[in-house]
Amino acid sequence: MTTDTAQQAQHGLTEHSHGAGAPDHGGSAFDTIASFDVADHPVPHGREEEWRFTPMARLRGLHDDTPLDGHDYEVSVDADPQVVVETVEAADPRRGSSGYVPNDRPSARAWAEADKVLAITVPADVVAGKPTIVRLRGLSAEKAAAGHVVITAERFSQSVVVLEHEGSAAFADNVEIITHDGARLTLVTLQDWADDSVHLSHHHVSVGRDAVVKHVVVSFGGDLVRTSVTLDYAAPGGDAELLGLYFADSGQHLEKRLFVDHNQPNCRSNVLYKGALQGGKAHTVWIGNVLIRPAAEGISTYELNRNLVLTDGARADSVPNLEIETGEIEGAGHASATGRFDDEQLFYLMARGIPADEARRLVVRGFFTELINKIGVPEIAERLTATVERELAIGEGLPAATTH
Amino acid sequence: MSTLEIRDLHVSVETEAGPKEILRGVDLTVRSGETHAIMGPNGSGKSTLAYSLAGHPKYTVTSGEVLLDGENVLEMTVDERARAGLFLAMQYPVEVPGVSVSNFLRTAKTAVDGEAPKLRTWVKDVKEAMDRLAIADDFAERDLNTGFSGGEKKRHEILQLELLNPKFAVLDETDSGLDIDALRVVSDGVNRFSAGGDKGVLLITHYTRILRYIKPDFVHVFVAGRVAEEGGPELAEKLEEKGYVDYVGTPA
Repeated sequence: MTTDTAQQAQHGLTEHSHGAGAPDHGGSAFDTIASFDVADHPVPHGREEEWRFTPMARLRGLHDDTPLDGHDYEVSVDADPQVVVETVEAADPRRGSSGYVPNDRPSARAWAEADKVLAITVPADVVAGKPTIVRLRGLSAEKAAAGHVVITAERFSQSVVVLEHEGSAAFADNVEIITHDGARLTLVTLQDWADDSVHLSHHHVSVGRDAVVKHVVVSFGGDLVRTSVTLDYAAPGGDAELLGLYFADSGQHLEKRLFVDHNQPNCRSNVLYKGALQGGKAHTVWIGNVLIRPAAEGISTYELNRNLVLTDGARADSVPNLEIETGEIEGAGHASATGRFDDEQLFYLMARGIPADEARRLVVRGFFTELINKIGVPEIAERLTATVERELAIGEGLPAATTH
Repeated sequence: MSTLEIRDLHVSVETEAGPKEILRGVDLTVRSGETHAIMGPNGSGKSTLAYSLAGHPKYTVTSGEVLLDGENVLEMTVDERARAGLFLAMQYPVEVPGVSVSNFLRTAKTAVDGEAPKLRTWVKDVKEAMDRLAIADDFAERDLNTGFSGGEKKRHEILQLELLNPKFAVLDETDSGLDIDALRVVSDGVNRFSAGGDKGVLLITHYTRILRYIKPDFVHVFVAGRVAEEGGPELAEKLEEKGYVDYVGTPA
């Protein structure tokens, strides 16, 4: 997706582009089809690069043509009094204001079929005193549904917005996050779904001039949760921190995809995603793509993914990609590591008197503490720590990963 | 007054060719106040004895018993053995990323004592024990054994020994890979641990060097999975001169 395509498309053109025609760079490996027209996105079958890790049979047809007209969910809002939360029609001009154009079929379908938009606006100069929390509770996964959220942080505002997801649902949605000049926004999306839920979610973040955005993805529950985050900069000076925490149990598929598009000079991005896995067929996928375009002089970027495999039979895929089109940058780097909590570590801790379950808790708590502290929202930190403990209780009694 | 009794202990490991017997009938009794050195050539089963006492899952006890004040150690889980008062200083301490040394020490102390240590005295105890072992302050915030040098790992094992204060310490080649200064620091730590006269030490080593700093009351020579000769400190002097040639036929 390129900015050019996005603007054309927003003016009502539905022709799709593969992005390679963009004048400012010679074609990136990250180019995908960007179009509002569902017909431009062929039904994926699982062999495509973007879908090769995803168990297609468990998507409930969200990627194909399952109707997205279900409304079996309820939404509750607990907002800071200065923050405006409204439900508006799909034609509202705020929709599309992030510049996002759907880059895969479920996203295009959700765009086409969402009939309402939840618009959250933090007015200019407002400093919110408490987090604005929107809770979506799915009542049934039988009928699929589509959603659309637009969060606008106006000039120099400061706020925390939390999108919580729980219950049962088959859900495809788009979330647009727009920060204007100098705004500071922390957005947390928390997926704590019931075991039968499927959630395909696209977030697009537009970082304004000198804006500071913290974007946090937390995934615990759900049968299959795939979150794609794309981020670009509307002007120079933006600062983006992208954090993720996920914990997969037996049979769960949690997929985190990121694309940071450094399209402006003197911006910064920092990605830290950490995941833990336990139980047979627990599967996590992390794809971290960063593109530094020729215009993006003086930027710095770093991305890091760490996974902790607690038992045998779980699998973590981790693929960082960095594409650099200018050498005039401050720094760019990435790292990825998947470690195991294995029999030898368990033996060492137990040989000091620590019981097996507590040894596991010690390791996992330590693993996530730094990340939870970085989120910097006390209400969230407490809840995440408690949820991590709950996940660990599920894994109690499972043997540690074998060393060989 | 405590007693650790090892009686006719047979231990095997699983190999591709089937189970292989490593310990072939070990008899050894350690009482509080005694320091026993177990010496022997490579492959004689010294480390197997250490790990079997701690309960490492790789080793299978096929017969014999281990009693700690009459309690059957072999029926206990690894953590129960530690809480009963057995401590193994490991030759190759395992790296555990994400767990800080200070968090680990506090958790282990709480587990061993059955209650959390009083915060103020605990912080002071840790600091003083670290100072005595010439361990830098920032060490407490580092990840457990992660990126530690060989000397740091061994000093950290002795730090745990001093803080957890077990009844019996099994030191598995704690001297290997240490330069002379580190060897002195580590030996001083072991001597502080046993100074009260109510601790038992089982010091496993290949070399006699550490015995210049830690004086054993008894020396056992281990060959082919059992004790081949026993004696007082004079036996170590003989080994210093002649090596293991009398036992294995070649200088090992």
